[in-house]
Amino acid sequence: MKAHGIVHKYGDNVDTDVIIPARYLNTADHKELASHCMEDIDKDFVKNVKEGDIMVANMNFGCGSSREHAPIAIKASGISCVIASTFARIFYRNSINIGLPILECDDAAKDIEAGNEVEIDFDSGIITNITKNKTYQAQPFPDFIKEIISKGGLLNSIKK
Amino acid sequence: MGMTMTQKILAKHAGLESVTEGQLIKAKLDMVLGNDITSPVAINEFEKNGFTSIFDKTKISLVMDHFTPNKDIKAAKQCQQCRNFADKYDILNYYDIGEVGVEHALLPEKGLVIAGDCVIGADSHTCTYGALGAFSTGVGSTDMAAGMATGEAWFKVPSAIKFNLTGKLNKWVSGKDVILHIIGMIGVDGALYQSMEFTGEGLRSLSMDDRLCMANMAIEAGAKNGIFEVDDVTFDYIKERSTRVPEVFKADPDAKYNRVIDIDLSEIKPTVSFPHLPENTKTIDEAEKLNIKIDQVVIGSCTNGRYSDLEIAAAVVKGKKVAKGVRAIVIPATQQIYLDALKNGLLEIFVEAGMVVSAPTCGPCLGGHMGILAPNERAVSTTNRNFVGRMGDTSSEVYLASPAVAAASALKGCISGEALK
Repeated sequence: MKAHGIVHKYGDNVDTDVIIPARYLNTADHKELASHCMEDIDKDFVKNVKEGDIMVANMNFGCGSSREHAPIAIKASGISCVIASTFARIFYRNSINIGLPILECDDAAKDIEAGNEVEIDFDSGIITNITKNKTYQAQPFPDFIKEIISKGGLLNSIKK
Repeated sequence: MGMTMTQKILAKHAGLESVTEGQLIKAKLDMVLGNDITSPVAINEFEKNGFTSIFDKTKISLVMDHFTPNKDIKAAKQCQQCRNFADKYDILNYYDIGEVGVEHALLPEKGLVIAGDCVIGADSHTCTYGALGAFSTGVGSTDMAAGMATGEAWFKVPSAIKFNLTGKLNKWVSGKDVILHIIGMIGVDGALYQSMEFTGEGLRSLSMDDRLCMANMAIEAGAKNGIFEVDDVTFDYIKERSTRVPEVFKADPDAKYNRVIDIDLSEIKPTVSFPHLPENTKTIDEAEKLNIKIDQVVIGSCTNGRYSDLEIAAAVVKGKKVAKGVRAIVIPATQQIYLDALKNGLLEIFVEAGMVVSAPTCGPCLGGHMGILAPNERAVSTTNRNFVGRMGDTSSEVYLASPAVAAASALKGCISGEALK
C-alpha cells in the first residue's frame, strides 16, 4: 500500500478541538465533519486539500478530547496519511481503529515542509520526499496492529 | 520484576499472572461509557458492522451530558439515537435530563465504578476514576462499540511515573492547583502513553473530590491513566455508594517507574493555566500582577463541579457581588450536587452574588452552549482545557483555575486571589 500527495504542515500539540471544533459535534456525518476540518488553525485547509494529500506535524498530534470525529474528519477530507514526531495515544488508537494510516517519524516530521511532494510505502515504512530528494524511515507497526489494519479496522477484526 | 498499580489491574483483567511494559493484552471490562457526542458514532459503527447483542446490560453507561438540555435539533437527534439504542438493548445505566449529571461526576457518585475495576469510556476524561483505585482510560467511539459488543478492549501495558506526595495543602489550595502545578512541571506530553501513580503520606489530606479532580486532568499531561493508592478515604467513599466489594491493587516495592517526582503539598500555591495550553502555568501571585481583565467565570465541569467545589466558591462570594461586566456561571455537576447545594443554601448565595446557576451539563467547557465567548473575550474557568477556540471564538481566551480562584476573580473582575488573602 502506498500514499502520494502534497503536504499540509502543522506544529506541536495540535489538539482535537482545532482539528474539529466541538460546535460541529452535533453530527456524526463524515462529509459534514470534513467540511470543518482544521478550521480553527487553518481556515484554508478545506479549500486547499486534495484527495491523497498528506498531513505532517510535530509533537503530540491529536492531544485532548477523545472525539473520533477528529481522525474521521481528516480521513474524510481526503488526507491519505498523517506523519508526526509523536501522537497523543487516544488519537493514535482511533486512527488505527478507523483505518486512517498514521506514522511516527521524527526525522520526517522535522524535515518535511508545507507544499513538499511526499510518497509513503507503508510496507517498508519508507517516506520519500520527492521535492527534497530525501528518504526517512518510519517506525513500523507492531504485528498486533498490522492485523487490525489488514482486517479492515477493529470491528471487522473482532467479528465472529 | 514488580508491577505498578495499573499493571496489576491490567494483568488481573487479562487473566494473566503478570504483565510487563509494552505488552499488548486483551482485558475484560467492568464498564463501558459513552456520552451524547461519542455514542452516536459508536452506535453507527456497532450497527454498520452487524452486531446484534451487547455483552452486559449492567456494564454500559450512556450519559447525555455534553449538549444537554438539547441545544439544537441535531443535538436532540443524537440523544434520541442513544435513547433508542438503550431501549432496544435494555441498557440500565442510561441517563437523560432529570437524572443526568456530568459523566465523570455521575459514575463515581452512583457507585458504578469502584476500586480494582477496568473501565473504558469514549471521553478523554474517563481517567477520572483512577481516583477510586480503578484503571480507567479514554478511548474513541470504535473502541466503545467493540467494548459494548465483546466486553473487552486491547491495551498496550503502560510504564509509569510515580508522584510521591507529602505534606498538607494550605487553605484555599485544592487538588486543581496540585494537578495544574504538575502539568506545568512535566508538560502536556510529559506523561505520554504512561500512567501517573499518586502515592505517599500526603494522600491522607486529599479528599475524594481533590483526587477525582487530579486524576481527571492526567490526560492533560498526555497520560493513559492517573491512579491513586486506595486508602480509608476511598473505602468510605465507595461504601456509601456501592454494594460491590472493592479490590485493592498496591504497587510492588520493586515496581519500575520512569520517574519518581516528590511533591510537597504544603508548597503548592493557587495556580492558573494561561492560554492556550494547560502547561502554561503561573502561581496566582504572578498571574494577578498582570491585571488580566475578564468577561466570564465558569465554575463547574467534570473537573470542578462537585459539592466541595461549590462550597468553596460559595464561601468566597458569600455576601458579596461579582464585578460589573463579569458573567458568572455556576454548574453543579449532578442532580444530587444540585439538590445538596439547594438544601444547604449555596444556590441562594450564588444568585445573591449575581451569578447564574445552570442545570448539570458540560456546556461551555467544550464551547457547546450555556456560556460561549465572543471574539477577544476572556474567561477564568474551573474546567480542564484552554485550547484555541475551546469555549468560543478562536480569539477568546480561557484561564484554568480552582473554584476558589475563579470565585475570587469573579468578585474582582480580573484574575485575582485578593479575596483569598
